Amino acid sequence: MNHDIAHNNEISHDDDHHGPETGFKRWLFTTNHKDIGTLYLTLSCIMFFVAGTMALIIRVELFEPGRVILNPEFFNQMTTMHGLIMVFGVIMPAMAGLANWLIPMMIGSPDMALPRLNNWSFWLLPFAFSLLGSTLFMSGPAPDFGWTFYAPLSTTYGPKSTDFFIFSIHLMGASSIMAALNIVVTIFNMRAPGMTWTKLPIFVWTWLITAFLLLAVMPVLAGCVTMMLMDRHFHTSFFNAAGGGDPILFQHVFWFFGHPEVYILILPGFGVISEVIPTFSRKPLFGYMSMVYASCMIAILGFVVWMHHMFTTGAPYEAQLFFMYATMLVAVPTGIKVFNWVATIFKGSITFETPMLFALGFLVMFTLGGFSGLMLALVPSDYQYRDSYFVVAHFHYVLVSGSLFTIITAVYYWLPKWTGQMYSERLGQIHFWLSVIGMNVTFLPMHFLGLAGMPRRIPDYALQFTDFNQICTIGAFIFGFAQLILLYIVLKSCFSKSKPTATSQVWEGAKGLEWTLPSPVPYHTFETAPVIQ
Amino acid sequence: MQNGISRIILFISFCFLAMKAYATPGINMPYGVSPISQEIYNLHMAAFYICCGIGAITFGVLLYSLIKFRKSKGAEAAHFHEHLGIEIFWTVIPTLILVALAIPATIVLKHIHNTEESALTIKITGYQWRWKYEYLDQGISFFSKLSTTQDQINNKTKKDDWYLLEVDNEVVVPVNTKVKLLVTADDVIHAWWVPELGVKQDAVPGFINENWILVTQPGTYRGQCGELCGVNHAFMPIVVKAVSQAEFVKWVSGHQKVAENKLQDDSLDKAKAAIAAHHA
Repeated sequence: MNHDIAHNNEISHDDDHHGPETGFKRWLFTTNHKDIGTLYLTLSCIMFFVAGTMALIIRVELFEPGRVILNPEFFNQMTTMHGLIMVFGVIMPAMAGLANWLIPMMIGSPDMALPRLNNWSFWLLPFAFSLLGSTLFMSGPAPDFGWTFYAPLSTTYGPKSTDFFIFSIHLMGASSIMAALNIVVTIFNMRAPGMTWTKLPIFVWTWLITAFLLLAVMPVLAGCVTMMLMDRHFHTSFFNAAGGGDPILFQHVFWFFGHPEVYILILPGFGVISEVIPTFSRKPLFGYMSMVYASCMIAILGFVVWMHHMFTTGAPYEAQLFFMYATMLVAVPTGIKVFNWVATIFKGSITFETPMLFALGFLVMFTLGGFSGLMLALVPSDYQYRDSYFVVAHFHYVLVSGSLFTIITAVYYWLPKWTGQMYSERLGQIHFWLSVIGMNVTFLPMHFLGLAGMPRRIPDYALQFTDFNQICTIGAFIFGFAQLILLYIVLKSCFSKSKPTATSQVWEGAKGLEWTLPSPVPYHTFETAPVIQ
Repeated sequence: MQNGISRIILFISFCFLAMKAYATPGINMPYGVSPISQEIYNLHMAAFYICCGIGAITFGVLLYSLIKFRKSKGAEAAHFHEHLGIEIFWTVIPTLILVALAIPATIVLKHIHNTEESALTIKITGYQWRWKYEYLDQGISFFSKLSTTQDQINNKTKKDDWYLLEVDNEVVVPVNTKVKLLVTADDVIHAWWVPELGVKQDAVPGFINENWILVTQPGTYRGQCGELCGVNHAFMPIVVKAVSQAEFVKWVSGHQKVAENKLQDDSLDKAKAAIAAHHA
């Protein structure tokens, strides 16, 4: 076996005889896609419980009118940090972790194309989040302007910690750009012979599209926060009307990043669901090519709808019409995907293991989020919905029962492959039901709160909103504590000393190169490329 | 399987749990007292019913499949994975539904953007954390601040009925009169939002956004700031009082007298001070 090309340096590199390094050096210096995948997922898990705790703190304050445990200043910091950490520290790293673990195995490649870059992409993140988290311990407020950090609240009126926030975003952005580059290069260049584009696993397709989105928009975010930095410290006036600038420019630049960002958060998840549903329906994915085209359409359309986050800012009539129509149009490819999933299940032979449960939960509840999204697209209605709890309900339906559920689905689905241990199906089912119940009890009432007129980002509210807020808080605690079950399941599988209980096939209906490997997978796989018929 | 049925049971139980909340102002958007709020309500309900319909069909087929095609009941999987006809159907029909929704939305939006022929103009300026109202043609100007006390917020005294939705100086407008709003801000971005009047407009520092309201029934209508603007974003509400034309005229002249008196008092004070200084 020819190791020279891959191992032409002095770092004591393992081969199949010696296994990986031991101790922290393994994790610090690894260039192995499986290890890096694990690192991303571990970071995501830790950040999930951090941001989740913040959410519970928020929900305690919102349990009743009047001050409960927090002052408004700290409340604003909690909502801001909860949003930032969930988006940048939980969903994105988790998706990157899945990409790292799965893409090479799915395309029959020994590793990612750029393994050292891969290591750096990950290790930027703990520094980025330490920097962001440290703002909570500085004197003066941490970022308190919402995860969307509009100017001039974040520029002229932003606390000193804002600059640390800006640098933290830069680090995260660099990490994402490098990871995206790695993924594109890997998928283009390292597919096994015979794996044509039309044979590419659908998860790989969705990550390919996501990677292009990341490459396109993360630099825009970097530009946005840099302009903020300039306004704050170098006497520019990008977002300051008094100096000839425009606060609305901030919103344009931010949302030009922000809208594709939300598709970045969901597209790999769509890929996961498209892998899982066929397995447990024992039927091929309905409409493979239309799924690919629909994902491309969603990505492309995602570039021309950003102003739907800004309908109340005072744009001209014609501009609002364009963005309304373009936004509504996204419902078509998204609908196609939902219908394709249902058509895959229709006339299948269905079983309900935990990955399938979460995939079905996603299918129903993400669609509900899509419906509120369609309602939000209508400009006149949006005038009532915007900045109310209706929006909060919408994006939590698509992010929690959307993105997060797809990540959980992926973990249940592939964990036996990664660790060789079958998790307890009973526990998985309990986790599922508590999550679904908790999720709906938390976020369904928020639709009503928003319609009744409750604004978002407020620590205290008028008396008529009390009942629903209390229901939301109860739901949040159910959902939050239910996730400890997942943590237990994952830790048990990862640290189990018993012999592997999973077969290489794991799931009867599973298809794809990764299922031809033993469970747990060896440290190096596909060192010789398989040939695809 | 249990999945879909359990979901239905869940939803119905939730509805019973939430019964108490039916009595309070709303689980739905208010119909409101403005032609715009009412048009928006109708559009919102139309979109909602369409979503219900699509949901019923989609989830119906899903539920049916989950029950009928269980492996445990002996179902054997088919092998089809495409069907041009149905794929065209579920691309074209949703597109047509979207067009059907877009048409009324476009019309309502056109109405909202038509700020012409207003009888009264009010300039609204958002500050951290209060609103300033200027009736430009009448020469009236005043600030409007939250009047709920800190003691109530800190749970030291009982909360008023309109806790966090009450102000010291209300915006008074005549009924059945188109009132043009010029909305801006002095510091950060705020937003002027009164659900029952169907209006939300961002207040952007350095820019003026135009909008309008027309209140068809006398009464008091309350709203809140609709854009995060700092620490007290939750504490700068809006109260609009719609009154008859006669009452409005009275209110205007009352305010003008106050303004005049203030001007006279100011100039009288200045004159007195000048005389005192001269004699000193």
